[in-house]
Amino acid sequence: MTTDTIISVQGLEKHFDDGKLKALRGVTTDIQRGEVVVVIGPSGSGKSTFLRCLNLLEIPTAGTVTVEGVDITNPRVNINKHREKMGMVFQHFNLFPHMTILKNMTLAPMKLLNKSKAEAEEKAMSLLKRVGLADRANAYPSQLSGGQKQRIAIVRALCMEPQVMLFDEPTSALDPEMVGEVLDVMKQLAEDGMTMVVVTHEMGFAREVADRVIFMDEGRIIEEGTPADIFGNATEQRTQDFLRKVL
Amino acid sequence: MNAEAAISIFERWWLDIEPAVQANTLNFGQYLYKEIYLNVIKDDRWLQYLNGLGVTLKVSLCAILVGVVLGTLLALLRLPQVQNYSAKGKGFWPNVWAIIAKALSKFAGFYINLIRGTPLVLQVLIINYGIFGSLNIDKVIVGVIACGLNSAAYVAEIVRGGIMSVEKGQTEAGRSLGLSSVQTMLYIILPQAAKSALPAMCNEFISLIKETSILSYIALTELTKAGDYIRSRTLSAFTPYIVSGMLYLAVVLTLTWLIGKLERRLRNSDH
Repeated sequence: MTTDTIISVQGLEKHFDDGKLKALRGVTTDIQRGEVVVVIGPSGSGKSTFLRCLNLLEIPTAGTVTVEGVDITNPRVNINKHREKMGMVFQHFNLFPHMTILKNMTLAPMKLLNKSKAEAEEKAMSLLKRVGLADRANAYPSQLSGGQKQRIAIVRALCMEPQVMLFDEPTSALDPEMVGEVLDVMKQLAEDGMTMVVVTHEMGFAREVADRVIFMDEGRIIEEGTPADIFGNATEQRTQDFLRKVL
Repeated sequence: MNAEAAISIFERWWLDIEPAVQANTLNFGQYLYKEIYLNVIKDDRWLQYLNGLGVTLKVSLCAILVGVVLGTLLALLRLPQVQNYSAKGKGFWPNVWAIIAKALSKFAGFYINLIRGTPLVLQVLIINYGIFGSLNIDKVIVGVIACGLNSAAYVAEIVRGGIMSVEKGQTEAGRSLGLSSVQTMLYIILPQAAKSALPAMCNEFISLIKETSILSYIALTELTKAGDYIRSRTLSAFTPYIVSGMLYLAVVLTLTWLIGKLERRLRNSDH
């Protein structure tokens, strides 16, 4: 792991309903290139909102998100260019149901990276092989299981050759027996050195794969540290309470 | 058998029943033949229905095209992204854009209410006599403009409903890949919206085809007016209208069948 900051978050706040709901109340953290950061916390703690602010799916109310030295909260910045470099995986997969798997994966590279159809398909097929789904290239999303859909969603994002991958509770909508296959793909990705920010309830994954665990509650970072720190000897009462409930 | 010979058979049958027509002693079968002969066969009147049908189809097809294109644009203007568009950054142009976007969205809403809130007959009359009154313009074009502008308002609401039926996650997935909002709309949202809007759209097309009959008000010889002209010649109260009606029915049933086929094909993607 190098110490080269890829995303720097400063004083991030996000309010909904004209400030009636404060989802984020000042979050500051840096994410290093190659780092795997797992964000945990009770529901409503703001962890998904935090993740969605990193690629501006939510527009922060205050604070800055700096990606590779560029403050992307500046409205003059072309956010689309930055999103190309930040893949995102959603809880509900969000595959495009009217396209085959292959088209799902080649649409963005062909439109945005000016790849030819052949190039884009070659890249897509090699990624499909890696996750063991090459034979489903011409299927439609509705023909796949949840675990397969989520693996496709991951490789669809990888087709854009992103620098960072954001995961928003990627296993929460899956049947229990399908969680493993998705986590395996994520582990492999982490081993390959991908920078990852993962919001999850999978404590086993956090313990095993994370370089750093962030515990959030009520829109703030309560505690962060290595998995050993957080799971072994959390100093904050709220962290201990949360972990006691989920472990 | 060539057409000439066929007509002559019809003529012979007519001569056969003519004495009974004169004496007013027709049986039911002879009465039916008299009606058909006078309203369809005599003087090649069937050609008038077909010409009327041609005009109806021409106006309907063009008006559907105008309605779909304009309606989709109106629907896009009515989306929350445009309605609540806020200036991207400071300075002159971002603010001007925001004002234009909001104004266009307001206009679209006003237009839809105006068109849906007034009768089509009135709109046709206003466009024909008010707007094109002093111009010597083809009635077909007047009809296309009037029906197209009218249909656009209904199509707009259908398309908007279709767009809103697509999950928010689809937009987020598109945008998170780096696609622009226009690309996301074009490649991801609209194809899915079109599919869910298809049944309602089919309804609108059917309505439109039938509503072009209103153009007989401005003396466009479409299918209804064609029947009406024949009635004024033959004084048969029913037959000409029933012939016109059967032709409308044939067109609508064909369209329903075609769209049903299309729907089944589109459904293939979601097994």
